[in-house]
Amino acid sequence: MASKTTNLVADWDPNRAAEIINAHLGLEGPALPILHGLQAAFGCVPSEAIPMVAKALNRSRAEIHGVVTFYHDFRDAPAGKTVVKLCRAEACQAVGGREAATFLLASLGIGWGETTPDGAITVEPIYCLGLCAAAPAALVNGEPHGRLDGMALIEAVAEATQS
Amino acid sequence: MIRLFVPKDVSALAVGADRVVKALTQQAGEGVQIVRTGSRGMTWLEPLIEVETPEGRIAYGPVTPADVPGLLAAGLLSGADHPLRIGRPEDHPFMVRQTRLTFARCGIVDPLSLDDYRAHGGLEGLTKALAMGPEAVVAEVTASGLRGRGGAGFPTGIKWKTVADAAADRKYIVCNADEGDSGTFADRMILEGDPFCLIEGMVIAGLAVGATKGFVYSRSEYPHANVSFTEALILAREAGLIGPDVLGSGRSFELELRVGAGAYVCGEETALLESLEGKRGMVRAKPPLPAHIGLFGKPTVINNLVSLASVPVILAKGAKAYADYGLGRSRGTMPIQIAGNARYTGLFEAAFGITLGEIIDTVAGGTLSGRPVKAVQCGGPLGAYFPPSLFDTPYDYEAFTARDGLIGHGGIVVFDDSVQMGAQARFAMEFCAIESCGKCTPCRIGSTRGVEVIDKIMAGTEAAANMAVLEDLCQTMKYGSLCALGGFTPYPVMSAVRHFPEDFNGSGISAKVPAE
Repeated sequence: MASKTTNLVADWDPNRAAEIINAHLGLEGPALPILHGLQAAFGCVPSEAIPMVAKALNRSRAEIHGVVTFYHDFRDAPAGKTVVKLCRAEACQAVGGREAATFLLASLGIGWGETTPDGAITVEPIYCLGLCAAAPAALVNGEPHGRLDGMALIEAVAEATQS
Repeated sequence: MIRLFVPKDVSALAVGADRVVKALTQQAGEGVQIVRTGSRGMTWLEPLIEVETPEGRIAYGPVTPADVPGLLAAGLLSGADHPLRIGRPEDHPFMVRQTRLTFARCGIVDPLSLDDYRAHGGLEGLTKALAMGPEAVVAEVTASGLRGRGGAGFPTGIKWKTVADAAADRKYIVCNADEGDSGTFADRMILEGDPFCLIEGMVIAGLAVGATKGFVYSRSEYPHANVSFTEALILAREAGLIGPDVLGSGRSFELELRVGAGAYVCGEETALLESLEGKRGMVRAKPPLPAHIGLFGKPTVINNLVSLASVPVILAKGAKAYADYGLGRSRGTMPIQIAGNARYTGLFEAAFGITLGEIIDTVAGGTLSGRPVKAVQCGGPLGAYFPPSLFDTPYDYEAFTARDGLIGHGGIVVFDDSVQMGAQARFAMEFCAIESCGKCTPCRIGSTRGVEVIDKIMAGTEAAANMAVLEDLCQTMKYGSLCALGGFTPYPVMSAVRHFPEDFNGSGISAKVPAE
């Protein structure tokens, strides 16, 4: 978790955060929609937002921290410019997914969940994109790619980083 | 106007469907309309494009943008011959063998056209349900023999009856679309390819049990499905299919899409309810059942997406017509999803009773690599690995249970002989450790100890003694866990040990895969 005194989010805006929180308060069970909204706006769930969410929902900060940290999706700092969500699950394993992943990670010099030092590329493990009949599969900046191998994966990532 | 059909299903997009559409738009000329559909489920042929002709729709696939000029020159627009031509999709052997009930429209209709939906039998079930009245609808669903398609196989009608009989000021219908099992994509295909079918099924459920609000809990891993289902909800509301006065019946039913946040355990129904309530996705102890105390403490029908999407056809054709398909206590059809190292991958809806061998050898055509099949994992990451010696197992809830396996949500992942089963057993434990909600000890700690003990076995460290520890650990997880995550992880592990002992011989070949 990010230190509470360090602002990792360059475009942190408490007014915008409040707007996002307020926009969802009419929902039944608004916590996840709020957190998704914050992450969509700031690239992560900024630590500054947690007390705001807690207050709005009449829950403790610890509880909201607990919710944020439970779910793999929610980040405490923004990801790299290009995000590769690469499937690690069985259907992709069966057609060379492990090898493709190893190839990509080695060529980028990072591990699962890490970002390249220049902040360009983050590789996140994901457990199933439902593209199991066109495996191995990945989402690169949200774009789906199937029937991948190591080279095709690197090409897809290179294309995304250039656009 | 010549109509071309190109899937917008994400499995087609992942292999270039949008680029093919772009090429067709630029090159096909005036007078050609491109309709985006869901997927037929013949995924190995994607992108599969179809052209409307007097003889029916003629398909070509897999098509790349580079194929487009040649296809057009050969006479694509009149359905002419070409090496990529596969003829009418419904005549393809992969489709001929199927019984398409739940997926009857998928890949055929424009998923966001209610007119198309109606023209293909949509809303017949709901119309009948409104005429029959709630009690008769519950009786009909019970009589159909429909059981939970998420894997647990609980009779849907009994669940509905429990909620219908519960007295409460508010009740909910929750669709479990948190389809996290590797090898499964049936929920996604409906969300993208026939969303009104799910909406209709949920409205019927709401009317039948007296619920006025529904939630579809989908996954953040399905961004395309979520976008298209959101559009479908808007159209359904505009058409009065959902809202304060469902199709002029005076009954109200509201429906909302919610998206998870990457936690596999939220596919467990009580964890899903916790997540909908905005909490950590921690499993609840049962009882109380969600049918009594569910979402926000209210009686709740929580069904798998495929169960709910099967309801319209059951009402439209009658319970008996549905129950006439199947075997033993497994009635109707199951969308079997063939994935991984298979030659013909995709969705195959069939009546229960087909054998696993028929599915693998005939339908799936063996492996993509051409090497022998070594194992198939049935029912997702918590399902057993079956060796070819068990391929006589009929596809049926009870038959799979009898062989220490499960059909789960219908996924089958094929592996060739290059797979190392020790690595697969290790992955099962590793996955459980990553995804455990942490509430119960056997799952939270057992999974981590499981990874360690498999590593010891694979490294040859006191292999026999550690194998005994692994078996003991699996027993503890199986009988001591709160939900299927810890309780079923022993299935892939122990099936790998039992059927492939040579892959655990302590020869020092590490099963380690790249670390997290």
